[in-house]
Amino acid sequence: MFKKLSNIGDCGIVCDFGNEVNQKINTEVIKLFYYVRQQTFNQNLEGILNCTPSYNKLIINFDLKKINATKILNFLKSIDFTKLKLSQNKKKWTIPICYDFAMDLENMSKVLKIDKDEIINIHSKTVFFIYMIGFVPGHPFMGDLDSKLFLNRLKTPRVKIPAGSVGIVEKFCNIYPYESPGGWNIIGKTPTKLFNKKDSNKPCLLSPGDTVRFKSISKKEFEDLGNEQ
Amino acid sequence: MSNNFFEVLRPGINTTFQDKGRFGMQHLGVAPSGCMDHKSFLIANALVSNDEKEGVLEFAYQGPLLKLAKGKTKFAITGNVLFQIINSKNETISGECNRSYDLDEGDQIDILATRQSVYGYLSVEGGFEVEPFCNSISILARANIGPNEGKKINIKNKIPLKTNRKEKNNYAVNFSLEKKNVIRILKGPQFDYFSESSKKEFFFKEYKITNLTDRMGMRLEGKVLKNIVSTNIRSEGITKGAIQVPEDGQPIVLLTDHPTIGGYPKIANVISADYDLLVQKIPGTNISFKCIDLQEAEQLYKEWCSNISKIIKDIKKIK
Repeated sequence: MFKKLSNIGDCGIVCDFGNEVNQKINTEVIKLFYYVRQQTFNQNLEGILNCTPSYNKLIINFDLKKINATKILNFLKSIDFTKLKLSQNKKKWTIPICYDFAMDLENMSKVLKIDKDEIINIHSKTVFFIYMIGFVPGHPFMGDLDSKLFLNRLKTPRVKIPAGSVGIVEKFCNIYPYESPGGWNIIGKTPTKLFNKKDSNKPCLLSPGDTVRFKSISKKEFEDLGNEQ
Repeated sequence: MSNNFFEVLRPGINTTFQDKGRFGMQHLGVAPSGCMDHKSFLIANALVSNDEKEGVLEFAYQGPLLKLAKGKTKFAITGNVLFQIINSKNETISGECNRSYDLDEGDQIDILATRQSVYGYLSVEGGFEVEPFCNSISILARANIGPNEGKKINIKNKIPLKTNRKEKNNYAVNFSLEKKNVIRILKGPQFDYFSESSKKEFFFKEYKITNLTDRMGMRLEGKVLKNIVSTNIRSEGITKGAIQVPEDGQPIVLLTDHPTIGGYPKIANVISADYDLLVQKIPGTNISFKCIDLQEAEQLYKEWCSNISKIIKDIKKIK
């Protein structure tokens, strides 16, 4: 249940679930996200333009021609949170990763004083929860890593990180859908395309609230899978 | 479907297809995009009898030079734009904004510059024949999303048109961009993160629009805003018009192509009714902010909408 509701501008509402970042709170955010989307889809709620979940907040943007802040606040206050469900929307993904493409494994092993194979072992055993997707299309922010693997961002961010690179920082793991600059510790690379600009119906593979497990593949398998797409 | 098309002889510096925007995808990392100045966009479509859902070409500062390589069309340009029509006999006709013109095969539209404003719009009767992505033809160049492979219009591109000219008459309306430099805002969710003196100064001091301004954001320069709580917050969804303040204390207004999430405290949010006015301000302009309340902002938006309806109703046939 949100702790605070407020407006942002005249066409946005912030549902604030408190300051903590954990899966329990984020699950509440995502449940509300799916509920608002479903109500929009069923035309019970008019004029919703965008609904953006993040770690601890849901931002609802609307068309001021069709609805206003008061109406949305009333709608939100009337929701019975105990009845919101996540299960039907939650998908479990297995995403191939080739750890041979790690750019920082050597350094990680030194800093963490953990053997490279053990780092890979811990990473590939983790079931990651997708807290949110954003910044650029299809980019997932996932958690939670074992605290043994907690690392800071790189002191100097890289100018170029190849598309598909998988990075870790603190308890979070991400996948860069496009070649871009970035400061995360790169542990491997996936051939899986996260965002397909040609598919108008389902351009984005992952959704907030889904879970991801990485499956280690060889360089050869990486190339074969890459060629299939 | 027609085979009519424009050939791009000069692309202009930031020419893209835009429409109302692409919604329902921000949770997947896709910003809404769409026309920066909605009012000029709506009037551009109305002048060539298009539905308001139709896409247009948006340009900034220097626009494109387009040759109608095939077919006949009708077009209109809105904003405050210097342009000319060069017909196939090589005669030059100086162009007027906010009216429609007939264009025949071989004619060229030369969009020279926007005057004391940033964005201009070119609409054609029936619209452009380009492939929408998720119900919109808006190009989000930062993520290469939309038609033309999500890229800005480039030289030698072909710009196909949906229809041949049907409408016999031309139309015009009196309309000019607003001039005032006071932008009305609502307090942002982290307004109280800032010191008492900064909260006051934000409304009393002027801020200069810097050159670091594009479709994604507008960087301002002025009195440093002192954050007394935290210069970072947990990343959260971004709303168009949010004024965020990073560690250096200089505000950034997030515009139509904003990142979908971000982690800087937001001191304020530009009201919907003043958004078009703000985005048309050129770098170097000094602006100031006035705080109003939500009810007032909603009322001003209603007035903004009825003002556009009135302009569109006032569109008259040119005799």
